Amino acid sequence: MLRRAHAAIALTLLAACALAACAPAAAGTGGRTVRITIHQSAFRPSELDVRPGETIRFVIRNTDPIDHEFIVGDLGVQDAHERGTEAYHPGLPGEVTVRAGETVTTTYTFANDDLLFGCHIPGHWAYGMRGVVIVG
Amino acid sequence: MRRFRLLFPLTAFASLLLVAAPAFACGGLVAPNGTVQLVKTTTLAAYHEGIEHYVTSFEFAGGGKGEFGSIIPLPGVPTEVIRGGDWTLQRLVQETQPQPEFFALAATGAEDAARATVILKTKIDALDIVVLEGGAVAVGNWAREHGFLLPPDAPEVLEFYAKRSPIFMTVRFDAGRAAEQGLAEGDGTPVHVVIPTTNPWVPLRILALGAPAEAPIEADVYLLTERDPALLPAPLAPGIASQLPGNIRPGLVLEASQEASTTLLADLRSDKGMEWLPSSGMWLTYLRVDARAGDLDYDLAIDASGAGQPSPRAAGLEPEVVSDTGGLEVSPFVWTVIAVVVIFGAFGALDRRRAGRPAI
Repeated sequence: MLRRAHAAIALTLLAACALAACAPAAAGTGGRTVRITIHQSAFRPSELDVRPGETIRFVIRNTDPIDHEFIVGDLGVQDAHERGTEAYHPGLPGEVTVRAGETVTTTYTFANDDLLFGCHIPGHWAYGMRGVVIVG
Repeated sequence: MRRFRLLFPLTAFASLLLVAAPAFACGGLVAPNGTVQLVKTTTLAAYHEGIEHYVTSFEFAGGGKGEFGSIIPLPGVPTEVIRGGDWTLQRLVQETQPQPEFFALAATGAEDAARATVILKTKIDALDIVVLEGGAVAVGNWAREHGFLLPPDAPEVLEFYAKRSPIFMTVRFDAGRAAEQGLAEGDGTPVHVVIPTTNPWVPLRILALGAPAEAPIEADVYLLTERDPALLPAPLAPGIASQLPGNIRPGLVLEASQEASTTLLADLRSDKGMEWLPSSGMWLTYLRVDARAGDLDYDLAIDASGAGQPSPRAAGLEPEVVSDTGGLEVSPFVWTVIAVVVIFGAFGALDRRRAGRPAI
């Protein structure tokens, strides 16, 4: 009898743990927090799913010994940054520089279209440093 | 802020391999805008009585362009970094490759997170040389903080090498000092690195640093060992390499493998810093690297001990077992499994205790 009670409690705790672990972390402002790690000049994860109108707080950690960027936008935005000369992004929504070894945050509200994110430090986009946000 | 270019030098390395020896880098010139100019490189690595001798040349890319730098992985801690001889590399080329007449004439007249630890600093002509010990991130941080521009593949390439040896040599060309010393564009400064090691390998992957995947990587690698070495990856014979379709690059081609002539050894021994070289009984291997940058994901392992077992690890061919955990996070599923184990373990212990049995 006692064993059954313990098993029931354990299963309840397990379910709670699973829910807590798998549910997206809630940001203080009500948006979701998505953690992105930059390692060896690649974003992990490199594909995200969001809902139309959803506001995401990105926490981006750069584990590399070189600087990177995290720029969210459509292909036009990415092209503009690829051709641009802005050496440092002070923190527009969805546009941040992530210095070597640093962690930064930025918040972005998605509309209805899929978007890209990437790094435009010379050579990095061509190297494949990009990802996609699927809105739907 | 001053900008530097990361130059993967015009290198010549010679190694007399007794058991084996590594050699270095060369290859790409990374400009501040991230573009890469590739240069063919020549290196000699020699291994004799447990000591690896590298002779490589850093080519001055011209004055008025700031400073230039290179990072070269080493197989061990060097005991000496000195100016190399003036003609060792050229003499090896002359030995194995047909030379135009003008060259022959010229040759006869010329004779973690942590911080990286600096373990050796020296200056050779216009070169500032620093040998570092540290992991990939530490060495990368040091290089960045000292003005080197690292291309996007640098974190992965540095980690590839740091897993085998935490020793890196940075070389910076000071254009101002070069001008004071009258160096002209194209002039080379030979550097001779003395490294005790039992596990020789020649870094080849570093040649492709910063290069686009389709870029051709070309280099000449000379080995001098006490016997005919076993190599990994095994190079192609020239006859097979020449039969490949035009769009396929062969990778490593074994252009020459022969006993080093006493004439060659005598000439090399007469160069500055080369007196350690035996006057006979050495084996000369000449390898030509001709690879697509995206395919050059290996190094050259050398076993000149006679055992015929070059190390896959030294060649960078062993599957990765442990990677940098810096970018990896434990998944929610793993945390859930851990929670289950802890919860059931706790209740199990409680039940056993209540049943009067000792908890194990």
